[in-house]
Amino acid sequence: MEVGELELDLDAFEGPFDLLLTLVLKQELEPADVDVAEIVLLFVERLAERGELDLDVCGEFLVLVAALLELKARGLFADESGDLDDLDAEEAAEELARRLAEYRRIREAAAWLAERLGAEGGRFFRVGPAPLAPSPERRLARQDAEQLAAAMRSLAAEPAALSLSHMALQFPPVSQFLDRFRALLTRRSRFDFDSEVARLSRPEQAVAFLALLELRKVGEVALAQAAPFAAIRVARADPLEEREWIARSA
Amino acid sequence: MDRPLRLITSNPVDRLARTVEALLVVASQPLSVEELAAAADDDSERVETALGLLRERYREGRSGIVVEHVAGGWAFRAAREAAESCGRLFERPVERGLSAAALETLAVVAYLGPCTRPEIARLRGVAADSVVAGLLERGLIAEAGRGHDAGGAVRYRVTPLFERVFGLESLSALPRLDDLDGGEVDLRARLEAVAERRPA
Repeated sequence: MEVGELELDLDAFEGPFDLLLTLVLKQELEPADVDVAEIVLLFVERLAERGELDLDVCGEFLVLVAALLELKARGLFADESGDLDDLDAEEAAEELARRLAEYRRIREAAAWLAERLGAEGGRFFRVGPAPLAPSPERRLARQDAEQLAAAMRSLAAEPAALSLSHMALQFPPVSQFLDRFRALLTRRSRFDFDSEVARLSRPEQAVAFLALLELRKVGEVALAQAAPFAAIRVARADPLEEREWIARSA
Repeated sequence: MDRPLRLITSNPVDRLARTVEALLVVASQPLSVEELAAAADDDSERVETALGLLRERYREGRSGIVVEHVAGGWAFRAAREAAESCGRLFERPVERGLSAAALETLAVVAYLGPCTRPEIARLRGVAADSVVAGLLERGLIAEAGRGHDAGGAVRYRVTPLFERVFGLESLSALPRLDDLDGGEVDLRARLEAVAERRPA
């Protein structure tokens, strides 16, 4: 009898033993799914049928089954091997007995359930899904058809045309204000910038201010302001004072 | 001789019994006394009295339907004498063909649950994935959150359907695990015998 040819009929596998080993080694079959005790039983049955003990076959089978058992144990108790290694032989036997007893009690409980199922076999009852939980009440504001119509009307109205006037601002040339301020200073020794530009548009006021800065830059005017945002006083520049100012700034 | 099944009286408890009867007919799951009291808008003590009345009227041998306390609540079921006829009309897929592996897994979950698949596998010595999937599909077990370990494996518990199928008033109706014979003494004796035979 060849061990590899032992025909198996397990929950997880059906076929020869060597194919089972190949699948386990190729990780296509979980060792945890393999009922090793069933394999041993099948082997022992075959052996009994032959009526003679072939020690070579038995030895080979023992080695293979031991390897399979080790793989399965590692898979099932991977995280516990360390704990068990720490136990001495007596403690390990105690632990093994405890676990086996625990499993036996569960088997007894399963047998009790099976018996109970047999006794309660005549039970018929209505089975349905769990009752639906009441759907939460949706709290909505009071609905008014008139209000909705008004809202729709406002949406349907043609929107006001957008003003693009700011995109075509007309800026007068700076030179216009340079000439204007120079002419003013030939008539008067000083003037108030704010009152001079008060009637102009904001773009014109901006250009006028640029002109003023230009005149200050070339030293034609002197500027004075009592406090931030106070009125700007513009006066003809004193050439001497101007030179001193330039020297201080340098 | 038993009186005929007539509940049409003006007695207030009889009226409540008719309401409770109606609630049990429309329910697809056992209803607790509190649920019945809330639905009937009555107090629990009177509901219990009404249930006593119904229990007497709907009992085995007297009626085709039986009211019973099961899975933590009250429910109607078919009388046993009608089981054969019911069996011809309906299949019972929930418990039909439960394998020994499935019963063992159910026992583990019923006694030790909520528990995870690795815990079931550790106890039974074989992977529990397909058995657990089958029991989930039958509705006999259900997910009950996740474990607190690093992996956070899904934990399972038995369902009220499990209690109904096995005719249990609650899980406390299961025999105590400690009372079941684990054969611990016998096992220990065998292990000790093996140890003695082993050369020192």
